[in-house]
Amino acid sequence: MSYMRALLTGAAVAALGTAAAAQDTQVIGVSIPAATHGWAGGMNFHAQEAIERLEEVYPQLDFVLATASDPGQQVNDIEDMVATRGIDALVVLPFESEPLTAPVQAVKEGGAWVTVVDRGLSVEGIEDLYVAGDNPGFGRVSGEYMAEKMPDGGKIVVLRGIPTTIDNERVEGFESAIEGSGIEIIGMEHGNWNRDDSFNVMQDFLSKYPQIDAVWASDDDMAVGVLAAIDAAGRDDVQFVLGGAGMKEMVKRVMDGDTMIPADVTYPPSMIATAIELTAVGMTSTAPVSGTFTIGSVLITPDNAESFYFPDSPF
Amino acid sequence: MAAETADTVPARRRLPSMSVLGPIVALVVLVLVGAFLNPNFVSAANITNVLARSAFIGIIAVGMTFVITAGGLDLSVGSMAAFIAGLMILVMNWALPTLGIGIPIILLGMAVALVAGLLAGLLNGFLITTLGIEAFIVTLGSMGIYRSLVTWLADGGTLSLDFGLRTFYRPVYFGGILGISWPIIVFALVVILGEILMSRSRFGRHCAATGSNEHVAHYSNVDVNRTRLLTYAMLGVLVGVATIMYVPRLGSASASTGVLWELEAIAAVIIGGTVLKGGFGRVWGTVIGVLILSLIDNLLNLTDLVSPYLNGAIQGIIIILAVILQREAKAKG
Repeated sequence: MSYMRALLTGAAVAALGTAAAAQDTQVIGVSIPAATHGWAGGMNFHAQEAIERLEEVYPQLDFVLATASDPGQQVNDIEDMVATRGIDALVVLPFESEPLTAPVQAVKEGGAWVTVVDRGLSVEGIEDLYVAGDNPGFGRVSGEYMAEKMPDGGKIVVLRGIPTTIDNERVEGFESAIEGSGIEIIGMEHGNWNRDDSFNVMQDFLSKYPQIDAVWASDDDMAVGVLAAIDAAGRDDVQFVLGGAGMKEMVKRVMDGDTMIPADVTYPPSMIATAIELTAVGMTSTAPVSGTFTIGSVLITPDNAESFYFPDSPF
Repeated sequence: MAAETADTVPARRRLPSMSVLGPIVALVVLVLVGAFLNPNFVSAANITNVLARSAFIGIIAVGMTFVITAGGLDLSVGSMAAFIAGLMILVMNWALPTLGIGIPIILLGMAVALVAGLLAGLLNGFLITTLGIEAFIVTLGSMGIYRSLVTWLADGGTLSLDFGLRTFYRPVYFGGILGISWPIIVFALVVILGEILMSRSRFGRHCAATGSNEHVAHYSNVDVNRTRLLTYAMLGVLVGVATIMYVPRLGSASASTGVLWELEAIAAVIIGGTVLKGGFGRVWGTVIGVLILSLIDNLLNLTDLVSPYLNGAIQGIIIILAVILQREAKAKG
């Protein structure tokens, strides 16, 4: 490891030397997880789009984009970027916090600018800029909407994502927001952010409970499965389903005033574009961009849905 | 359900050992526990739900029974199902302007699924038999290939069937005859045919002989390679059949479609009493295995027995118990 770090540092210093010699081009490396599910697909789309746009705006910037399908591959990608491209800045959305912390720290020690997106590293203070999604806020906004939509309270079921910190923070935010509103969570199961799993879980919830007033699907993919299960069971006690993330099909339904999908809560995959843009600004201007930039989760309603609808995005 | 209980009767008469009872006992215990914990468990609606959702894995697992009996293995079926689903959706959306919504376009989609499944199965089988590459490696490779292809086809997102078309196609999953939905009917037919093929036909005996001892089978005038190739081709077609049932349910396919189906199918086959090393297979046992796996999930959702974090552990314990029960019974019998 120390050998590797020395090698990396050496490479980065050499790169800095060349960068200083040729003032005009600077290289920004972007390392993100591959498009293995809907949200990541959208994130890949926005990363590519942002890079295309910025390459035109800033001729003095070069971008390297790498997508990894596991944390190990992401570490390799970052090492390759440093060794072969001598990156001056790294924008990274870590696959997992733990395994990526040391390699990103090595990049930082090599003198490059580091921007971390969405998932934080497990050691604080490495990154220059942290563009964060707001998971507790995502849960809170969803909970507040539920409480407002059901003033007399009611019985709801909740579908959770893959058991992770992200999911826990969201659910905790949600639970504290509905506290005292008379809304009772009668069932909570993991649907793993997956359409098929959420379909099965919802079918079982419908068999188990004769009366369900609303569903917090907590994700738009899971909302698709939930809606299909409700539809197939022919149940009309469920008044509405609240998803999350901002998938284009769901935003469209909000826009069209669908009563089953009255709203959606954003957790925008385009936050990667924010991170790349801010990094580019930091590299090319004197404007300070270090610190933490939290992307708030916003409620999408029929009134504002149009500004969240991206028909070209895969998500 | 009626199908395989009917089939167990002659099987039991021929093989009156306790080994037959292992999986059945596990299934019966599971049903009784379920009925005791939540009366809704035995309601018609719940039984229909469980059987219909078991159909995908079940249809695939019947094919997997033959592959494993003949001494092979196929890890690619989950990815293959996702890829075929994606292909089917693309072709149907593409043909929509020319064919319009109607029976022909559904038949086209079904044909695409069956042909794609057959070709994918033949390709696996060809690499394994003719080129003599280890089945584990070939299908591990094709698993990655199909998974990437569907991600690529969907551009990282989700492929969705045209809305009108989906509405028209929907009854293939949700509709049925006399209250029995199509996936259950198709599953039952596949099981009956599979059981006959396995226990009554020359092909079934050839599979067992090939899996038991390749060389002996070869000297006994069994075309080992042809038998193996046929098992993979048949599994491919059955993956196509499962996909035909899967697509109308949600009308979409993505990179997360069919994840881990291969392991569920293999687990079901082994719980049912088929030997992982090959040489002996039981189609009706596989059905019991599939039902046990789906019932555990269903039961855990219907009751609040354990924290949802532990669902996987409960599944694991029941899988291992079911197999131990079977081994113990075998030793006694």
